[in-house]
Amino acid sequence: MTIEYEAVIGLETHIQLNTLTKIFCSCKADSWNDPPNTNICPVCTGLPGVLPVLNKAAVEKAMLLAAAMNAEIQPISYFDRKNYFYPDLPKGYQISQYNLPIARGGYLVFPMPDGTERKVTIHKMHLEEDAGKTKNDFGRRLIDFNRCGVPLVEMVTGPDLHSADEAAQYILRLRQLLRWIGVSEADMEKGHLRCDANVSIRPKGTSILNPKTEIKNVNSIVAIRESIQTEVQRQIREVQAGHPIESWTLEWDEESGILRKMRSKETEADYRYFREPDLLSLEIDEQWKNEVLSTLPELPLQRRARFVAQYGLPVYDADILTTERSLSEYYEAALSAYQGDPKRVSNWIINDLLRILNDLAISAVELKITPTYLAQIIRMVDDGTINNTTAKALLDKVQSSGKEPAAIVSEEGLAKVSDAEALERLIAQLITDNPEQVANYRKGKTGLLGWFVGQVMKQTQGKADAQLARSILEKYLAE
Amino acid sequence: MDLCDYAAYQLVWMIKRKQVSACEVLESTLRRINAVDGMPGQIEGDRNAEPDKIHAFISLTAERARRQAQQIDQAIQAGEEVGPLAGVPFTVKDIFCVADTLSTAGSKILSNFVAPYTATPVARVEQAGGILLGKVNLDEFTFGSSNESSAFQPSPRNPWNTSRVPGGSSGGSAAAVAAGEGCLSIGTDTAGSIRQPAAFCGVVGVKPTYGRVSRYGLIAFGSSLDCPGPLARNVSDAALLLQIMSGVDPHDSTTANLPVPDYVTDLEKPIKGMRIGLSPDYFRITYVDAESGELDQQPIPDDYRQAIYRVAGRLAEMGADIVEEIPMPHTKYSIPAYFVISRVEAASNLHRYDGVKYGYRTQQAVNDLREMYRKTRGEGFGLQPKLRILMGMYVSAAQYSEQYYLRALRVRTLIRRDFEVIFDPNGKYRLHALLTPTTPTTAFPIAQVYGDSVLMQFADQLTVAANHAGLPALSFPCGFDSEGLPFGAQLIGPDFSEDQLLRLARNYELVTESDQWRKRLPPILRNV
Repeated sequence: MTIEYEAVIGLETHIQLNTLTKIFCSCKADSWNDPPNTNICPVCTGLPGVLPVLNKAAVEKAMLLAAAMNAEIQPISYFDRKNYFYPDLPKGYQISQYNLPIARGGYLVFPMPDGTERKVTIHKMHLEEDAGKTKNDFGRRLIDFNRCGVPLVEMVTGPDLHSADEAAQYILRLRQLLRWIGVSEADMEKGHLRCDANVSIRPKGTSILNPKTEIKNVNSIVAIRESIQTEVQRQIREVQAGHPIESWTLEWDEESGILRKMRSKETEADYRYFREPDLLSLEIDEQWKNEVLSTLPELPLQRRARFVAQYGLPVYDADILTTERSLSEYYEAALSAYQGDPKRVSNWIINDLLRILNDLAISAVELKITPTYLAQIIRMVDDGTINNTTAKALLDKVQSSGKEPAAIVSEEGLAKVSDAEALERLIAQLITDNPEQVANYRKGKTGLLGWFVGQVMKQTQGKADAQLARSILEKYLAE
Repeated sequence: MDLCDYAAYQLVWMIKRKQVSACEVLESTLRRINAVDGMPGQIEGDRNAEPDKIHAFISLTAERARRQAQQIDQAIQAGEEVGPLAGVPFTVKDIFCVADTLSTAGSKILSNFVAPYTATPVARVEQAGGILLGKVNLDEFTFGSSNESSAFQPSPRNPWNTSRVPGGSSGGSAAAVAAGEGCLSIGTDTAGSIRQPAAFCGVVGVKPTYGRVSRYGLIAFGSSLDCPGPLARNVSDAALLLQIMSGVDPHDSTTANLPVPDYVTDLEKPIKGMRIGLSPDYFRITYVDAESGELDQQPIPDDYRQAIYRVAGRLAEMGADIVEEIPMPHTKYSIPAYFVISRVEAASNLHRYDGVKYGYRTQQAVNDLREMYRKTRGEGFGLQPKLRILMGMYVSAAQYSEQYYLRALRVRTLIRRDFEVIFDPNGKYRLHALLTPTTPTTAFPIAQVYGDSVLMQFADQLTVAANHAGLPALSFPCGFDSEGLPFGAQLIGPDFSEDQLLRLARNYELVTESDQWRKRLPPILRNV
């Protein structure tokens, strides 16, 4: 009899908040592409005598995240010192939170691709400062303190995930949420969202927790999925071979797709936590909390559900339209300007607008095709002013010029040529100029009608009402 | 009497009226330093060198001071507005960072550290026109009560008797002020480090309410206890300096966002009706018997006790109500609780001295990072930091934290509660201040206590409770013992009552103005 195993996975995430300045000093927080040690000061490099001063913006972003994760914001929380030696930790301690953090509890319910839902719990959320970066350079150690003091939120999930796919989906949804509420750029490549995975296995149907391994350095969605899959399979092989699982710390090598052992035994380091005496307790009263949370938007999964319920969109459409907050807002703005079929607006966005967004690598707010312009274009197609081909070309023209679509249509004479008299003149000339084709048609090659329509469209730069042209042509050719 | 012996407030008055120049005052002070101070402390210096000199300084910045004094004089000549400390020479305990000066903390590990920024209290005093003479000696990282633990030797000596310690850790500050090497000094007080040396050297020292004066730029010892404060030869000067140093600082979020009262104007207002307490718990010393581990008690010397009761008598003459038998039951636990709390904070605060970014780094070859840490810290720290790191690490370790650190924090709350009871305006005692001896003894001989860390700590027994409770306290001279060493009286008051404490002390100065003991000068000044 073979035992079926399930994975038990918990994810430890560090989220870099996108504040302008660092958490305890006024240095610029984002140092991407800046030379090493340029965004530093006595405070973030831990010179003797300096003191931290808490950045209110970091607290407010943490509050938004807590609310979005359904966590309880604590009216009073404290900062603690986590003491350890490392060259890129210039004070010799990290200012973090310990037993009384800014938020407790919390969960995220997210959909799997098959439509089922998963719920992941969060025990607590810490606000803390980041350390610097150490780089080994041919036997030398180089330290960049730019990242010291960048605000982070640490969020650890319960052991609630049961497959590599679930873990990957959770991070995907978390990343979406972070960007949506504007607290983090959540770019995993830039380390804005970092993830360690704790992995163990157990016979399916049991609820025991076996020894786990910790995978460090899984910093892309693909890495999360692949490294966990690899580790789960390894553990199953070990257990089936009768070997115990040891509490290793593993490192994921993304290039070669293998896990490397970093430390064999996790000796619990004693960080000698104690209250940071240089900071007062962090007190969040109802008024401040309400002020901050009043800016919290409808969350992506809620909006996704509402798009299905309110507009009758397919889940597929709703999911795409809510990938990013600005896109979902664009959709609703366009829809309200259009005042028509929600699915029709969705189609235009998904089929045409997304191509432009991707080509230009911009987000919906940066579009020159405003939601009103898009609505106008769809309307012009609906009432027959322009045809589909013209409309698609018009999108690009609006995007490059920023002009109103109706103005472009009239300036460039893009409106459909549906003036029967003008078409008749054009067609009469066509008949005169192509006696051979006319003769062939009259001999029974009626398929040539298409060729004549094509000629009309060509001469009108596609603006002719094809339907009208066809009937006039039939009349002339029949003579 | 030389210019350098004048009070700061007198000098400001004279300088602003062009009766003397800031440069003249500075030169007089530099002559005094030259006459009495001897060689400055230096790494691996001879502990016993020039035993009849003061040795207050680690670094004298005479040229910088001359430039500042010239600027003041020019400003005055040009009729420009100058600050309330214009032209007053002052010293700074070398635990404060001052831009472009050595800022050593009295330790080898920072012996080459030049600070890139200036501590808030120092910057404010310079802004007010004070002339910085230099940095004065202290116990290493302020860990001590005698100055003997400084890595910079010879360490300061007591101007009243150079075979005695000046106290500590602001010993350089107190000795300098007492000997006329600058009217004012900025010190720090974590358990009594301003008040005890002030008492030993016969000067005035104020430990303000925690949060009254910014700690930004103060190289931290016990962050929840450390307070910068003034040392001066008289109460008015101390008030003047405290006025400048005080107030909220955007760089220190533990500073109080409360208006700073005028400490100077109302100094001589009467004290009639103010209630002053005397507590038996402050006239005895409790210590742990090394053999049995039991708490033993010993009364403070009779002459010291009488000196404090005489102060009470004089204050009563001026209309204050003296209330005796004030119970302060948790005083006896102040030192053990302090041992634990200060060491946990100190061990953490000393983490950053690792030889990586600044300060001393081992000159020996090392194989790896850990060895670099070990050798750097092993060579760079003296005995006191090492002991405090070891003990701090031990009592904050996960398995002992509850038993020691968290327990000590609870004791601290009880100590604070003792004070809340006696200062409660609607309570049984309704005190404005508690009057106590500042120290258990007058200045002790050099080398007598040094080496016994536990005994040394008991020098702080009567002062440390105010640090635990965050309360303001002030030490002022109140006579001499039979060996000619100063007695210090301490006033402890409720939160932010510095104005009341200063007023009480100034009233005591007024009522004792013509006392014979007031006319005494430190022996070292008799031949200058």
